[in-house]
Amino acid sequence: MNALMREWQRYTPAERFGRWAAYFIIVLALVWAVRGIEIIPEFLTDAPEQMLDLLARMWPPDLGHYHPAVHQALIETLHIASLGTLFSFIFAVPLALMAARNICPYAGLNALAQLLLVTSRSVNSLVWALIFVAIFGPGAAAGTFAIAFRSIGFVGKLLAEALEEISPGPLEALRATGATNSHVILKGAWPQVAPAFWGVALFRWDINIRESAVLGLVGAGGIGVVLDDAINFFQWDRVATILLAILVIVILAEIIVTKLRARLI
Amino acid sequence: MTASSLRQRAFPPHWGARAAFVALALYAAYAFAQLDITAGRLAIGMGEAGRFLGRMWPPNFARWELLLEGLLESLQIAVISSALGILLALPLGLMAARNLSPWPLAMVTRGFIAFCRSLHYVIVAILFVKAIGFGALAGVAALTIASMGFIAKLFAEAIEEISMKQVEAIRATGAGFGAVLIYGVLPQVASRFVGFSLYQLDSNLRNSTLVGIVGAGGIGGTLFAAFKRFDYDFVAAILLAIIALIFLAEVISGRIRALLR
Repeated sequence: MNALMREWQRYTPAERFGRWAAYFIIVLALVWAVRGIEIIPEFLTDAPEQMLDLLARMWPPDLGHYHPAVHQALIETLHIASLGTLFSFIFAVPLALMAARNICPYAGLNALAQLLLVTSRSVNSLVWALIFVAIFGPGAAAGTFAIAFRSIGFVGKLLAEALEEISPGPLEALRATGATNSHVILKGAWPQVAPAFWGVALFRWDINIRESAVLGLVGAGGIGVVLDDAINFFQWDRVATILLAILVIVILAEIIVTKLRARLI
Repeated sequence: MTASSLRQRAFPPHWGARAAFVALALYAAYAFAQLDITAGRLAIGMGEAGRFLGRMWPPNFARWELLLEGLLESLQIAVISSALGILLALPLGLMAARNLSPWPLAMVTRGFIAFCRSLHYVIVAILFVKAIGFGALAGVAALTIASMGFIAKLFAEAIEEISMKQVEAIRATGAGFGAVLIYGVLPQVASRFVGFSLYQLDSNLRNSTLVGIVGAGGIGGTLFAAFKRFDYDFVAAILLAIIALIFLAEVISGRIRALLR
């Protein structure tokens, strides 16, 4: 009878200790961050007032400014994002094939491809843009390369993962007919990963539209250049127009991607 | 039937896909022309890239104190903005979930979340720098907005996927709304929520190394200043430090995720 009366607990003592330790570490990190960060009290107290002032200066947006300056910059942004995404495939597809252990049986090549993909992903597109502005000079070329080099790691990693998950049956069947390696990849592997690949590519294109909008802040072309100019001249009504344009294009891109994905997959 | 016709049937050509490839190639050629990217320009760029890399090597860690200070500030921005973003995302995610909240409220919240996510965090950071001044506070505010939008969206989707049977069972006992949330909803979404939060902390760490470019605190400001002064060997040192930090964070969060599973 006594055994039935005993109190049940959901976690073992070790699990409970682990949970409390996790909470403790989170609180400790927060306290350290809040105490260490430099916050200027005067800035904090008049923040709401300043925000309202900024919004008041932005309203009404100077819609007359949209054509032609903002429109051309917007088209340039679209080209940078699309071309950068397309350009990334040239490196991403071979690297993904090299990184997939079931396609490329050499461990050294797998590791090399993984290293290149990780490097591409670790450097943010704005930092890539800084680097390419130093190389190509300011302009859309730097932006396109920045978008492409950032996308290689993303597309390559996800494509390599998709490749590693394919069923080996069709590959073996093709090999048994005496097909060469390139035929095995083209007719055995590609049909199995094609939907995943286009899904990843569309997803990255959507992200790239957002990212290419800010590349202009470091001189890499697109709508960010116009935005940076308007901010530097304190033309807040123009800033509002540009932000609206970015908002519309980002939402449109998301709708297009959702529609296309639904048809592809 | 001849052998060649059999082979034809095995892999029929997909004309739609071919047309799409041709269209993409045509578009690429058109866009290259529009953006004025030519072979000559690329050739000059290759030469410049060689010089640039030459000046980056060897990385110069002489000003390591400045580097460490920037990295720590980035880390602080990431921690605070993740915590604030997660806290704000909890009620927002709940309000946006169409199975638990009344639909007008869900629609309005969804619109707000979409708005938070659609502006790039660097643009939000610029606005905050103008509104509340240079420094880490603007970075925290910008990344909080971004995290809030991202987590609230995923959280709302997670709540919409829960099984309503448990919610009904708790309701049938006469429990209030708070009790339904704690005993019916939370246990179903808690583990996924921890996963989103961890992911967001990871991505905030990446982003906090960047908001400094527009003056919102962290290592980005140091990086941008080094770029402007053509101190490319210091740039290389900063980039290596950022990559090391992000890589370390990825390893740690990977371990935690493996532990949680």
